[in-house]
Amino acid sequence: MKKFINSVETVEDEMIQGLVKAYPKYLKKIDGHNVIVRANKKEGKVALISGGGSGHEPAHAGYVGEGMLDAAVAGAVYTSPASDAILEGIKAIATDQGVLMVIKNYTGDVMNFEMAAEMAEMEGIKVKQVVVNDDVAVKDSLYTVGRRGVAGTVFVHKIAGAMAETGASLDEVQAVAQKVIDNVRSMGAASLPSTIPASGKPGFELAEDEMEVGIGIHGEPGTHREKMMTANDITDHLLERILADIDYSGSEVAVMVNGSGSTPLMELYIINNRVADVLAEKGIKVVDTYVGEYMTSIDMAGFSISVLKLDDQLKELLAAKADTPAIKA
Amino acid sequence: MTDQKKVVDILLGMGRVMEENKEFLTDLDNTIGDGDHGINMARGFAEVEKQAEGLAGKDIGNILKTTGMTLVSKVGGSSGPLYGTAFMKAGMTIGAKTEIGMDDFLGGLEAGIEGVKARGKSTTGEKTMLDSMVPALEAMKEKQAAGADVKAVLEAGVAAAEAGVEATKPMVATKGRASYLGERSVGHQDPGATSFAFLLKEICNAY
Repeated sequence: MKKFINSVETVEDEMIQGLVKAYPKYLKKIDGHNVIVRANKKEGKVALISGGGSGHEPAHAGYVGEGMLDAAVAGAVYTSPASDAILEGIKAIATDQGVLMVIKNYTGDVMNFEMAAEMAEMEGIKVKQVVVNDDVAVKDSLYTVGRRGVAGTVFVHKIAGAMAETGASLDEVQAVAQKVIDNVRSMGAASLPSTIPASGKPGFELAEDEMEVGIGIHGEPGTHREKMMTANDITDHLLERILADIDYSGSEVAVMVNGSGSTPLMELYIINNRVADVLAEKGIKVVDTYVGEYMTSIDMAGFSISVLKLDDQLKELLAAKADTPAIKA
Repeated sequence: MTDQKKVVDILLGMGRVMEENKEFLTDLDNTIGDGDHGINMARGFAEVEKQAEGLAGKDIGNILKTTGMTLVSKVGGSSGPLYGTAFMKAGMTIGAKTEIGMDDFLGGLEAGIEGVKARGKSTTGEKTMLDSMVPALEAMKEKQAAGADVKAVLEAGVAAAEAGVEATKPMVATKGRASYLGERSVGHQDPGATSFAFLLKEICNAY
């Protein structure tokens, strides 16, 4: 393993401290926990909390700020934070309007956030949640844990955050967050695995001419392995799966081409070039595009494509003001 | 009978076993999950060890509840809440005793398993820790009913847990992160089922 770190034990702590030192106007850290909250708490609105394992930077702490999140909880690398840290985050940001938890659909995340919510409710805090499950690579069924939450989560942060900023009620913010979840689909592929610092080994091994398709964001293998494709071919394949899942025809959409950590912007732009052409050809109108690193997997080389179907409300909220370290609108 | 001190010693032994097998469990998890199971288990029991002094003198129910709460609140991931819940439920069932026998242990384990099922919304056959826990409990109950001694009961449990681990190999995972691999999870043993077999073996070795 070759990483610019000091010790595997201090990766998360030092990263969080460095982040806060970079953005003191936006962020502060809660004592004793890797929980990031806004530097200036805003009262009178629904507070949003999200989080998950570390390794997804700038998610989630990079989205703490005006128009997006009020708190982000960072667990160990790829590991859901424990419920006591989440509870401290909820308590720090709670307002009379209540708290909305934006959870990515992973067994650990859901369990830990729900346990924290139960404890917060015992202390008289109103808490609701949404669970993001935008990854079409994974089959959804009653008998499994269902789809994963991946990069589409960032759209939930953006839009629900903007809704909360308007002074909307907890039910209204939850409803719009759920609307985003119902209308966003994602899928990704990887050309190189990631390495968890504490393990020191790559999450899977790929031959020089292979890629993993249907990849998640935790370095786990994808749904299958294929021979490496050109940017256009893999983009077509992923888009085909995404567009088959919900009816986007004739609609306006927002697109995210998300880099996994080691894939350069050069490749992401090449991919977006194809995404834009394919969608235009199908009569789907792209009104907003995000290309860059929004939900990474440490040093994995790969990308995901997310397509969010918009209506007037979602479009307006997506364009609303946001001022966070990682997204400004 | 097993007293408070022995329970704490076994918990510390579990920590050593998790530390020794950290890499092995992590490798198993790398294959079908996200590669952190061994790291998280070792981290969790290291937290339990930090509390060991405070555990001394507490009743056994309390020792197990405190262990469970430590795992739940400090580990994160899914192994923290699941193993944590198992220890908490076992502690609640065993209650304020200073000595326990095999019936108490089996009652505690059964409550722990029910806790895991409820918290994880899971059952056997889904390629999870339950696939070694449940057969181990059943084998031990049977031996206990037949009047076997403590060692023989625990040995039967370990054998059943290890067979349960083997039985996870052909299973398709439907719960946890291994479920994202679908058919590709076939042929690999489940890390959670494996860590439970290690923990039970550590209990067995203490007798």
